[in-house]
Amino acid sequence: MAKDVTKAFGQGETVVRALDNVSCEIRTGEFFTLLGPSGCGKTTLLRLIAGFEMPSAGQILIDGQDVTGQPPNRRAVNTVFQSYALFPHLSVAENIGFGLKMKGIAKPEVDRTVREMLALVRLEAMAGRKTSQLSGGQQQRVALARALAPRPKVLLLDEPLSALDLKLRKEMQVELKRLQTETGITFVFVTHDQEEALTMSDRIAVMSAGKIQQLGAPREIYTKPRNRFVASFIGETNFLTATGVPGGAKLASGEVIAVDTGGKGGQITLAVRPEHVEITPPEAQGAIPAEVRGSVYFGTDMNYQIALPDGAEIEACVQSGVTGEALIGQGAKVGIRFAPGSVLMLED
Amino acid sequence: MARTHGASEAERLQAASSTRNAWALSAPALILLFCAAAGPLLVVLIYSFLTAGPTGGVVWDFSTEAWVGVLYTRDIFDDGNLVLADAHLTIFWRSVKISILTTLITFVLGFPTAWFIATRPLKERALWLFLITIPFWTNLLIRTFAITEIIRNEGLLNKILLGIGLISEPLRIMNTDTAVLIGMAYVYLPLMVLPLFAAIDRFDMRLLEAGYDLYASRLQVLRHVVLPIVKPGIIAGSILVFIPSLGAYVTPRVLGGGKNMMIGNFIELQFGQGRNWPLGAALSMTLLLIVMLAMIFYVRAATKGGKSHG
Repeated sequence: MAKDVTKAFGQGETVVRALDNVSCEIRTGEFFTLLGPSGCGKTTLLRLIAGFEMPSAGQILIDGQDVTGQPPNRRAVNTVFQSYALFPHLSVAENIGFGLKMKGIAKPEVDRTVREMLALVRLEAMAGRKTSQLSGGQQQRVALARALAPRPKVLLLDEPLSALDLKLRKEMQVELKRLQTETGITFVFVTHDQEEALTMSDRIAVMSAGKIQQLGAPREIYTKPRNRFVASFIGETNFLTATGVPGGAKLASGEVIAVDTGGKGGQITLAVRPEHVEITPPEAQGAIPAEVRGSVYFGTDMNYQIALPDGAEIEACVQSGVTGEALIGQGAKVGIRFAPGSVLMLED
Repeated sequence: MARTHGASEAERLQAASSTRNAWALSAPALILLFCAAAGPLLVVLIYSFLTAGPTGGVVWDFSTEAWVGVLYTRDIFDDGNLVLADAHLTIFWRSVKISILTTLITFVLGFPTAWFIATRPLKERALWLFLITIPFWTNLLIRTFAITEIIRNEGLLNKILLGIGLISEPLRIMNTDTAVLIGMAYVYLPLMVLPLFAAIDRFDMRLLEAGYDLYASRLQVLRHVVLPIVKPGIIAGSILVFIPSLGAYVTPRVLGGGKNMMIGNFIELQFGQGRNWPLGAALSMTLLLIVMLAMIFYVRAATKGGKSHG
């Protein structure tokens, strides 16, 4: 869909490349998420697809057709804005019908679609209200209905849930997923919230510094992060520096960890999730001797900071006991084992 | 029982004194309002029902002659029969026409100007607004004469146009309705720009993208999104331009010459050379009525238009 797109702002030496030669294909009918910290270029990519910005280089294709030069009003793409951008002078129903009316669709047809949309987002009772009389969640749903009413090929959502409180956000996540399944429209969703991305998406593109760092299904992104950025941005990760040896990677203190290095020698970076670090007695089979430095209570989980023999500190996450007390005290000598297959070698 | 009665009596007294206080506190404003607005208006109303004095002023004899004179003149050759005064009607009509045109021209010029200022960076805006208000620093009469220098037959405009060979004879603009219109549009433009700026400044520019996104062309976004939302500013600007235009005096006098009078000049004539104060007073009241009717009509139409929009 986006092909070799570069978006550069500024001129001369102060050029900022918001997007640097990004290509990605979004499949018809999927829930696709652009995930990344602010300033990573995800919103720029969204605005390029919508047509609000023109790429400095590259093309935007929709259904195989080049739409790069088309203004937003000629693209079969609609946007749900972060601020909702509802028209304050129009009623809820008029807001939802706006796109259809501008397309020149006959009034009875517009009215019928508006009623369908109101039912779809469960706002039938609010049709005649002014948008300023609605709650945040209701405004959100009007924005959704307004963007869905013209039945676009692609629906773009620019951090639409960021203004809602936690409870409402969870509800809207379910609601969005339902709408996407019911309408079968391709959703492109922009967020910086990794949990939101993991629970809703069919596929996720993790972005940073104007590039797509990794593209894949949520499970793949979480379990097989390709590089340090993806591993640290999504979930908690321990990084270990080691040297590639036959059959694994050797820590500076001499212990060898079983990991598929693809035969790579020299210095490599390993990643392992805290929940895959197992704390054992020091004498346990295959355990690396280590020392507990401290613990933090998180409710369901307990996080232990553990020092390895080479001086590196890692975190181990275990389920809290019934009392919530730390079962292993500071300074305790323990052993560390990694769950089989849980240690990954990163690309960088 | 007696105690309860006493308490309620005290409350009653307190309420009465707070009402007295309220009147006492608003008295300065009320006195000022009466002296500055209602009082003079009352004098004008009374004068319009008196008889004209031989050398100006009024004679305290009740008469409706002045009100008749607003629309009719007495034919001095035909026993003083009433004849519809075409000249008066022409002046009324010219005043209304020029005021409406002035309002339209200032809107067409003022809207892009206000938009331009409202979309500047915050720091630059103050400068642009400041520039808009600069004309207010100079006396209106001086500025009007300055326009004369530009548009008169041997003026700057004609010299330039003749110089580049666009015309072979000087354009005769002075002493026409066109001259009055140019002057009025110039004088009242800031009064249109400022309320429009205030309205556009509040306009959420993100709505433009929402409009484009929903298949509206630029023109459709202007018509269906921008104009309905900034309408309070358009109404305010139009009222601010239309009302003083209708009573304008200096500009039509200097640029329109004696022939192209507006109501303001006509009223002045009655108090000056005409020496017919009651007629002047009646004309003033007529102007007031025209303004009030026009405003009621305009505001009704504007708000109704809002409901049918979208």
